[in-house]
Amino acid sequence: MSAAPQKAKAGAEKIQVIVKNIVPLNELVTRFEFVRADGNDFPPFSAGAHTVVEMHDAGRTRLNPYSLMSDPADTSRYAISVRRDDAGRGGSLFLHTQVKIGDEMTLTYPVNLFSLDLRARKHVFVAGGIGITPFMAMAAQLERMGGQWELHYSVRTAALGTYVDELTAKYPNRVHVYYDDQSQMIGLDDLLDGQPLGTHVYVCGPKGMIDWVHRTASEHGWPDEAVHSEEFLAPQPGKPFQVRLCQSDMTIQVGENESLLEAMERCGVDAPFLCRGGACGQCETDVVEADGEFIHRDHWLDDDDHASGKKIMPCVSRFIGKTLVLDR
Amino acid sequence: MTIQFNKETFRDDYSFHNSDWAIKRFPFPFHEDSYMYSVNMEQHRGGPAGSVYEKRFDVDEHYVSEMEDRAIVLAQDPLRCQSLPHMTLAGWDTLELIMVSKSEDYPELFELHRDGNRWRWINKPMNIDHTFTFLDETTLPCGPLEYITRQAQGDFAVLDQRNDMLYMDAGMVTTQADWSLDFDIGMDFFEWHAPVPLAHELGIFKRALKFLLNVQQGAPARRLNWTMTVNPLLDTSPENYHKWGIQKTTLTPENIGAKQHLRVELQTFYRLPRSNALLFPIRCYLIAFQDIVSVPKWGRRLHRVVRDLPEELATYKGFIANRPMMLDYLSQYDDGLPTSPGVWPDIDTEPGLQK
Repeated sequence: MSAAPQKAKAGAEKIQVIVKNIVPLNELVTRFEFVRADGNDFPPFSAGAHTVVEMHDAGRTRLNPYSLMSDPADTSRYAISVRRDDAGRGGSLFLHTQVKIGDEMTLTYPVNLFSLDLRARKHVFVAGGIGITPFMAMAAQLERMGGQWELHYSVRTAALGTYVDELTAKYPNRVHVYYDDQSQMIGLDDLLDGQPLGTHVYVCGPKGMIDWVHRTASEHGWPDEAVHSEEFLAPQPGKPFQVRLCQSDMTIQVGENESLLEAMERCGVDAPFLCRGGACGQCETDVVEADGEFIHRDHWLDDDDHASGKKIMPCVSRFIGKTLVLDR
Repeated sequence: MTIQFNKETFRDDYSFHNSDWAIKRFPFPFHEDSYMYSVNMEQHRGGPAGSVYEKRFDVDEHYVSEMEDRAIVLAQDPLRCQSLPHMTLAGWDTLELIMVSKSEDYPELFELHRDGNRWRWINKPMNIDHTFTFLDETTLPCGPLEYITRQAQGDFAVLDQRNDMLYMDAGMVTTQADWSLDFDIGMDFFEWHAPVPLAHELGIFKRALKFLLNVQQGAPARRLNWTMTVNPLLDTSPENYHKWGIQKTTLTPENIGAKQHLRVELQTFYRLPRSNALLFPIRCYLIAFQDIVSVPKWGRRLHRVVRDLPEELATYKGFIANRPMMLDYLSQYDDGLPTSPGVWPDIDTEPGLQK
């Protein structure tokens, strides 16, 4: 058609914001609250959505996804809760140590890869640690809609139980907390066994927990469509490698502490992306030629794709070897 | 600009007509002298002033009469509007999107005053002034989707997104090109597109689904689709095929210019914020052949597209039997001159008919 041709920029639409409030919640987790720089309301969002936070850290642009954990009905602010990862790539450290109240920042519009199935008669949430954040928004949305839900939340210690007090005070009959240091475990078998037909289960937490819930639900005969999970991967550091980008006609170096996607962006290549965590599929890229070994880390491609050597997700995956040529 | 709303009908005496303004802004769907399927998506972020692409939801001279036609269809067949139980929130999303867009884009026609969840909606062309509570269904005379789409031109499919798939779980469908919401309700994306020829083999639907699953909040998209309709009928539904199908046999060389219409759908795609569903408005524009050929470039091009269209497509679009008569008529307006690229009429720069 081309009524008014416009090339879409990579990533979701952006919103300029001001840091309104910074609330330390415990030794590791801090909440950041944003208002819009133009003074308007934020767009409403669906619980489970994330935003990508743009950080300018000493000449380097970091783009990290975080679940929106504020009440979706409150369009006056967006909030994220960030766990400080001292051994990570630095995004969470930057937020914890560099960002101050009043700073201007850039967020993307909400993108939801972990939405509620609104057909569900009942929603069972299983959270581990900082995986609690999307469920904060889901609980608020379901309370407003009169939905049936319960939360099973595993934390290391009472001191690190982010939002435990708030949740148990607000929803005393729905929230169940399990403390690792008291050797308490979520009784998943009994939990999944006793649910009425039409129940959906949602899990967010460490990879081991996600796999455990999927496996156990499957053993209990749950349909796959009734089990939902979200795990954002952070790109892992690795050996530097060289990539030839044939569409862009350039050869670039991927550094030890940057992802392939970040290296392309640094070199001015407008590569598509959304979640930057191996989940959404937007950055999927065709491999033209490869002589070496892929380190696939995404959740998007299936095992056959990984084995084929024909595709790579540059947001989290890497390469070791002599030659890599991509169709980008 | 003030819009003069037509008094016109889309049935019985067919008094529907396009003004000169409506003809020049018609969304002519062919950007070159031939046509084949493609995933012809682009961003829906406005367009040239006065064009149908400019506003989020285009309002034109047919607004009031189209809404009257919709009310007639719904009175005869209430199942043209359906919403599965889990889609109510998406209905509110739709209501919010349309009310906010129309009141911002056409402040002289529509007003929305919001005080928390207490909303007052004023629709001047339809004489509606209604105060209700957002997200409280008991304060509307019908569900939110039906309420707002009785006041918005075009059909609306509301697609639930789950398991990396889209499902036709709600809609308002009274101006359709021969498909049925009542038949398709609950179907997934591949199921409801099953009858379309050629496109499956071309991988069009796999790519289209991938694109649509990734339409994000704040970044709506659009494309055009087209077919042919004899008489300016909005409701060409399977339910009423016995009424309109037979009209295809009433074409004669004398009446074809007035009776044969090109039917163009401006399809847009919006991610809905609260429900994460996908809203798929399908806006139908009709234009008589005699009005198309008043634009020399369009007359030339339409002849070439209809002439060269693969047989399967002409069959699927329902005009294979009338194609020879259409070509006899259209060939009078094709002098063989080249046409300028793009969809615009280019009246000032393209030569008049040279025969």
